[in-house]
Amino acid sequence: MTDAAHLLAALDEVRDPELDEPVTDLGFVASCTVSADGVADVRLRLPTYFCAPNFAFLMVADAYDAVSAVAGVRRAEIVLEDHFASTAINGGVAARSGFVESFEGLAAAELDDLRRDFLRKAVLAGTDRVCRPLLAAGRTTDDLAGLRLGDVPPSTDRERLRARRAELGLPAGDEAPLLVDAVSGEQVGTEALPLHLRRARLTRVSVEANSGVCRGMLRQRYGTPMTDVEEDR
Amino acid sequence: MYEKDGEQYFVVDSHMHYWDASPENWVAGHEQYAKGWIECFHAYMGLGPAETHWPIEKFYKISEETLMKDVFEDGYVDVAVFQPTYLKEWYAGGFNTTEQNGALAEKHPDRFVVNTRWDPREGDQGLEQLEADVARWGSKGVKLYTAEWRGESRGWKLSDPEAYRFLQKSQELGIKNVHVHKGPTIWPLDKDAFDVSDVDHAATDFPELNFIVEHVGLPRIEDFCFMATQEPNVYAGLSVVTGGLMHARPKFFAKVMGELLFWVGEDKMTFGSDYSIWEPKWQVEGLVDWNYPSEEFSDYPEVTTATKKKILGLNAAKLYDLEVPSGCGIDEGAEAAAARDDAQLVEDKAGAAV
Repeated sequence: MTDAAHLLAALDEVRDPELDEPVTDLGFVASCTVSADGVADVRLRLPTYFCAPNFAFLMVADAYDAVSAVAGVRRAEIVLEDHFASTAINGGVAARSGFVESFEGLAAAELDDLRRDFLRKAVLAGTDRVCRPLLAAGRTTDDLAGLRLGDVPPSTDRERLRARRAELGLPAGDEAPLLVDAVSGEQVGTEALPLHLRRARLTRVSVEANSGVCRGMLRQRYGTPMTDVEEDR
Repeated sequence: MYEKDGEQYFVVDSHMHYWDASPENWVAGHEQYAKGWIECFHAYMGLGPAETHWPIEKFYKISEETLMKDVFEDGYVDVAVFQPTYLKEWYAGGFNTTEQNGALAEKHPDRFVVNTRWDPREGDQGLEQLEADVARWGSKGVKLYTAEWRGESRGWKLSDPEAYRFLQKSQELGIKNVHVHKGPTIWPLDKDAFDVSDVDHAATDFPELNFIVEHVGLPRIEDFCFMATQEPNVYAGLSVVTGGLMHARPKFFAKVMGELLFWVGEDKMTFGSDYSIWEPKWQVEGLVDWNYPSEEFSDYPEVTTATKKKILGLNAAKLYDLEVPSGCGIDEGAEAAAARDDAQLVEDKAGAAV
């Protein structure tokens, strides 16, 4: 029989596209249950009433797809709570309408471009996560220029970077260069490398600081406990 | 004025408010938005030190006495810059208007800079109103909130042709400083509302105006920094950075400051408390005491007393032509060192950009 643990495992794969972290880790899953006859009920919550509606829509839609795909789930109900656009988002996702139809007159296109732009940021931030330990261990930037993805010691950060690159259609195999342009997928040359790495660091600082604020705001709003990830920030 | 270890700091709070979010001011039928907005602000207050938190009833609307005490008496601020946000879709008399602010400023001469605002969707009538506001309050700056709702509209961009009419008019009226505040909505909603590329266009096309991007474009610090390195008239407003990160996320505060000092530089960063989201007292004290917490940050630019003096007041004093009392400036030795650092920074960036 399907239980809440199965749903949570599926929701672990749903990310906040802006923060590039699972909605489960972020504390965005308020509750998650499944009835004996296979009706899944998932309640999502966000750090503020006014969180950007486009990202909120993507999370609800992705949660709908992830939960619907769980074996034994006959119907998925995903409800975003306490948000200014809850009605439009919940109704739109349940009816399988796109974003444009859900926000009639307010949106010009679906959210694929937005998602892609933020995946590129995730690739840049992930590049810093993978490269910083290498530099700290004594590798020079010139060394990095010659490395392939498979040359980097295995780590969750490396696999996370690989997965984001694959999602964007960028080279992601062990033979692929470690450092590629997040738009073209071309290998970054030695001359462009210092700026590329500075951009990567800046992007990571931005995304992680943003995540820190979001986690703090969620705690203010719902009294959620401080997590280990936060203690270090 | 703040004094510590024999150094005097002229403090300009370049981003603060005097709002009325009390339930009596909520627009009928839109109460949920008015309530959601102020509750969100109130949650931000929770990111500051516990002893500075207020109950929401106090947060809805403060008295003149409270503001004067928190900002000037306890908060060390010499001059405070009022930044209005109207939100009349939700707050009947406006959330934080030029008139509310201006009336208080007139009672306390030389304490406040009264900025006004505009909204390109108001058309010709808005242009006339802008002219009247500048004439009435002597505004040298405007605050622009691009995510403001208006009827069915959920926001606008600085690069919109209508916005360019207002920027042109602002320049003609003697406005020098444009404070830009991004929010979560925009038209169309499928675009990233926090994107700052519209500021880039406007800053290029209006080189005589200064664009101070409030909360340094958070949550898009990376886009903001990249833009600011290319536009000499773009500044980093530190509102929210200090209030939201310095206490709650000290490590990230250090990283964000390091990045800003590297990409934007200490001559283009301005302190703003975002009062009454956060009181200035702990922010001023914390900034003066602040330095990077460990060796891990050694590749970021150095932070000196001169850096802090500039950020806390001297940079904003230049933007608003405020007189800096003697003793609060940067001595020549420190200034020369800072100039060397700047030259090195430019070299580093040029090297990095090759």
